[in-house]
Amino acid sequence: MAKLSDSIENLFARFGPHVEQVPAGGWAPIGEADKLVKTHCCFCGQQCGIQLKVKDNRVVGFEPWEEFPFNQGKLCPKGVKRYMQNAHPDRLLSPLERVDGAGFRDLAWEPALARIAAEMKRIQGANGNDAFAVLTGASLTNEKAYLMGKFARVALRTANIDYNGRLCMVSAGAASKKVFGIDRAANPWSDIPKAEVLLIAGANIAECAPITTDYVWRARENGARIIVLDPRMTPIARTVDLFIPVKPGGDIGVFNGMLHVMIKRGWIDRAFIAAHTTGWEAVEKAVEKYTPEYGAKIAGVPASLIVKAAELWGPAKTSFLLHARGIEHHSKGVDNCLAALNLVVGSGRIGREGCGYAMITGQGNGQGAREQGQKCDQLPGARDIENPEHRRYIADVWKVPEESIPHKGLSAIPLVEAIHAGRIKGLLLLCFNPLVSLPDQNFVREALEKLEFFAVIDFFLSETAQHADIVLPGSLMEEDEGTTTNVEGRVIHHKKAVDPPAGTREEWKIICDLAARLGQGDKFAYASTKEIFDELRVASKGGISDYYGITWERIDEQMGIFWPCPSLDHPGTPRLYEGAKFGHADGKAHPQPVEWRPAAEEADAEYPIILTTGRTVAHYLSGTQTRRIGALVGQTPEPWCEMHPRLAGKLGVADGDFVRVESRRGWLTVPARVLTTIRPDTVFVPYHWPFDRAANRATIRAIDPVSNIPEFKICAVRVTKAPRPDDALAHLPPQAGGLS
Amino acid sequence: MSELAFFIDSSRCIGCRACVQACEECDTHRGVSMIHLERIDEHDSVQTAPQVCMHCKDPVCARVCPADAIKQTPEGVTQSALKPRCIGCSNCVLACPFGVPNYYGKIDQMMKCDYCYDRTSAGKKPMCATVCPSQALAFTTLEEIGRTRQGTAINRWVFGAEVVETKVFVVVPRGTREVRPDLVQLGGSRHDPFDVAAMLEGA
Repeated sequence: MAKLSDSIENLFARFGPHVEQVPAGGWAPIGEADKLVKTHCCFCGQQCGIQLKVKDNRVVGFEPWEEFPFNQGKLCPKGVKRYMQNAHPDRLLSPLERVDGAGFRDLAWEPALARIAAEMKRIQGANGNDAFAVLTGASLTNEKAYLMGKFARVALRTANIDYNGRLCMVSAGAASKKVFGIDRAANPWSDIPKAEVLLIAGANIAECAPITTDYVWRARENGARIIVLDPRMTPIARTVDLFIPVKPGGDIGVFNGMLHVMIKRGWIDRAFIAAHTTGWEAVEKAVEKYTPEYGAKIAGVPASLIVKAAELWGPAKTSFLLHARGIEHHSKGVDNCLAALNLVVGSGRIGREGCGYAMITGQGNGQGAREQGQKCDQLPGARDIENPEHRRYIADVWKVPEESIPHKGLSAIPLVEAIHAGRIKGLLLLCFNPLVSLPDQNFVREALEKLEFFAVIDFFLSETAQHADIVLPGSLMEEDEGTTTNVEGRVIHHKKAVDPPAGTREEWKIICDLAARLGQGDKFAYASTKEIFDELRVASKGGISDYYGITWERIDEQMGIFWPCPSLDHPGTPRLYEGAKFGHADGKAHPQPVEWRPAAEEADAEYPIILTTGRTVAHYLSGTQTRRIGALVGQTPEPWCEMHPRLAGKLGVADGDFVRVESRRGWLTVPARVLTTIRPDTVFVPYHWPFDRAANRATIRAIDPVSNIPEFKICAVRVTKAPRPDDALAHLPPQAGGLS
Repeated sequence: MSELAFFIDSSRCIGCRACVQACEECDTHRGVSMIHLERIDEHDSVQTAPQVCMHCKDPVCARVCPADAIKQTPEGVTQSALKPRCIGCSNCVLACPFGVPNYYGKIDQMMKCDYCYDRTSAGKKPMCATVCPSQALAFTTLEEIGRTRQGTAINRWVFGAEVVETKVFVVVPRGTREVRPDLVQLGGSRHDPFDVAAMLEGA
C-alpha cells in the first residue's frame, strides 16, 4: 500500500526539496519590520534565543536577542537562516491523498480526516488496538509531545507510541536515571566556565552544539584543562590539552582505565563515596583489570593518553563532563555513559558550582519531548507507565479508568520491525523522517511498504511522507505557540510570529480533531496550547520532571525556568543534586560497574573498515528543513566519506574521487575527503541525506538492550573507488539525494 | 569603561560560518557577505580563520585608489568604494595586505566589510561578532579582553618594511607585540601535530 506512488524524480519536481535562495520579500533592505518576536531557534536542543523580524505576516529576517542569557545573541548558521523556511515554495498547503502511479492529489480536510479516523477504526477493529501505531518527534513542543502521548493512550488506546528521541537521548537518559535518578543535565551551562577540567566525550560541539563552544573556551581562558574523546579531530579537539582519538566503541577502555589510575593514585573522594553512594565497591572491582594498557587495547590509543587523562581529571577541584551521541549511539550506549558517570561519582564533584555533568541534547526539544509521555514506556512528568501509582495519577488527570491506559509498547526500532513482520498495520507519523534517520534504510523502506494505512502530518513532503496514503499539512514552530525545554532543562517559550498559511492547520488542532472522530472529543477540548500546557503542569505535578510551578508568564519574566519547579513560588532548579541529594528514593547516587563488550558488528576480513556517522553544522537531523534553505545547502550541499590518507592510499582513492561505502545491508556513493584528522581504521559519513547518499543505508539495526538506541556509530563496511554516479537520481540536485 | 572595539581570536574559530551567513543579513548589503572564512590547511587540519576588514588607520586600499573612492569615517571605519567614484580598477583588491576587498563585476563596484557601520554607529554590535558561537569574533572592550582572555590583543602588523596599525585587534599569545607574517615558517620539517595516525603511534 505504501510503496512510492510515483518516481522520485516526479515527486521531487512537485514537492522538492527545492532550495529557497531568496528570503520572503527579497534581498532588498527590510527597513522597519512590523514586529520583532522574541522566540527561539527550532534547530537543536540548545534552543538559542532569537528575534524574528515579521513583515506582512511573513518572517523576513532576524535580529540577535542579546538579552537571552543562554546564548546572548549568538547563533550558528542554522539559526541565522532558520527564518528562510517560512514562506517556502515547497510548503504543503492542502491535505494530500496518494494516487497509485500518479503521486498525490489534493484533498479537502474533511475527507482526509474522515479517512484517517476510519482506517484507524478499521485496522484496530480487525487486529486489535496495538495494530495501529504512532511515531512522533523530539522537535515538537512540550504541549504537542504531551498531546501525542495522551492521544495514543486515550483516543487510539494503542500501546505502540514512540518517538525519534529514541535515536538521540535515551542512552544518556537511562544512564543518568540509573546513577542519579533523574534524566536531565545535572548543571546549567553557566557551570562550564567554572570548572578546572572538562571532559568532552563523543561530542562534536563545534558542529552539533555550536553555541556551547563559547562556554568551553571561557573555561579554557579561566585556566581549565580540556580532554576530548573522538575518532575525528573536531574543531574543538584541535587546540585542547589532550585529544584522545579513540576507536569507535572503545570509550569504556578510556573511562575505566582513567578510573583505574584514579583509584591507584588516591584521587577518589572516599568521604563522598561513603556518605552519598551505594554500590561503589562493585565499580572498583570491575575496573581492577582496566590498567591503562588493558584500556588502551580496547580504546585503540596509546596507554599514555589514558594516564594523562586521569592525571588531568583525577586531582582537579572542580570538573565538568559533557557527553553526546558519540558515546551514546552504541549497542552499549548506556554502559558507555555509565562508565563516564563513574568518573563524576568517583571524584565526588557534582551538585556544586563548577562541578557536574551534562548530556548535550541534540533535537530541538530533546529534553522536554522525552518527559511528557510520548515514549513507549513513560507517562507525563517522566512517570513510569508500569508503576500503578503513576498510572492512577495520570488516569485521574485524563479522567479515564486506570485500566484503560495501555501498558508499555514497542520502542522505535522494534516498532518498525513489528510493521515489517505485519503485526502493526497502521501508522500515524508526525515530526519524524525515518527514511533518512533510522538505520538499515532498506529494511525501513520495506516495512513502510507493508503498511495497510499510513498517515503523515508534516509541513514539507519528507522522504518518509512520500510513502503516505494521506498527508496532512501541519505548521512550523513560528506559526504556533508553546514551550520547549532546552539542553540545560530550562523551560522556554516559543512565541507565535505569523499565522499558518491558508490550507494548513496547527498540529494540535489536527490531533484534537482526530480524537473527536475516535469518540474522545471531550478529553481533547482545548481552546489553545496554553490550556494544554496547564493540563501538562498538573500531569507533571509530583513527577520527576515537575512543571507545576511553571507558567508561560513566569517563563517570559525569568527568561526560562529550570524544572523541577513544583510550585508557583518556587524559583526553579538550575543545578540538580545540591548538597549531594540525588534523585533516588534513598537520596544516594547508584554508580554501576561496567564491562566493555564489542559492537554488534565489528570490522572483519570481509568488511574491514569501521563506518561512523554524525552531523554537520549546516544541517539539522534528517534535513527535511535545512535541505530546503539555500544558504545552508550552499554551505554543505552533499555528504562525503572522510578518510585518512593512509587508508585512502591502500584503497587507491584520491581526494574528490567517488567511493562506494558498502555494508552487509546497503551501500551509498559519495565523494571522498582525504584528510589526516581521522583515525585510519575509520571512515565518517554525515547522515542528513536520502537515497543513494544515505549513510543510514549502511548502518546496522542493532540496539542497546536498555535504551534501545540504534548503533549509528559503528558498523563494518568496505570502501571502493567508484565512478561518478550518472543515473537519474544523481542528476537531481544534492539536497534531493543527487549530486552537486 | 573604554571604547568598544573589534577583536579576532582565530584560536577560537570552529569554522561554522555563522559569521558568513549573518553578514549577508545586514540591511546595507543584504544578500552579499563581506566576511572571509579561510580554511588554513584543508587536508591536515580543521583550522579555520575569519577575516573581517582590519580597518587600517592609514588604509592602503584608500591610498592606492586612483578615483579617491574609498573613504574613512571620523571613527576610523573604511567603507566600501563610493559607487559614483569607483572605476572598478581593483587596485584596492590587489593592495590590501589582508585580502579583504572584493570587486563585484555585476555592479562594477568594490565592496568590503564596513564594520557594520549601520549597526555600530547606532550603538549595536556588528552582526558577525554578535552571532559568533565561539566568540572568535568579539565586540567588546580592551579591558574585557584583558580580563577574560589568556591572550593579548594587538593591532600592529609588520609586512616587510611596511608597518600597519589597524582599528581591529587580533588576540595572540601573551608577550607578542606585533604580528610579523614574514616570520611565519611555511612547510617546515616539524612533525605534523594534527595527524591522527601519528598520534596513535605515540609520536
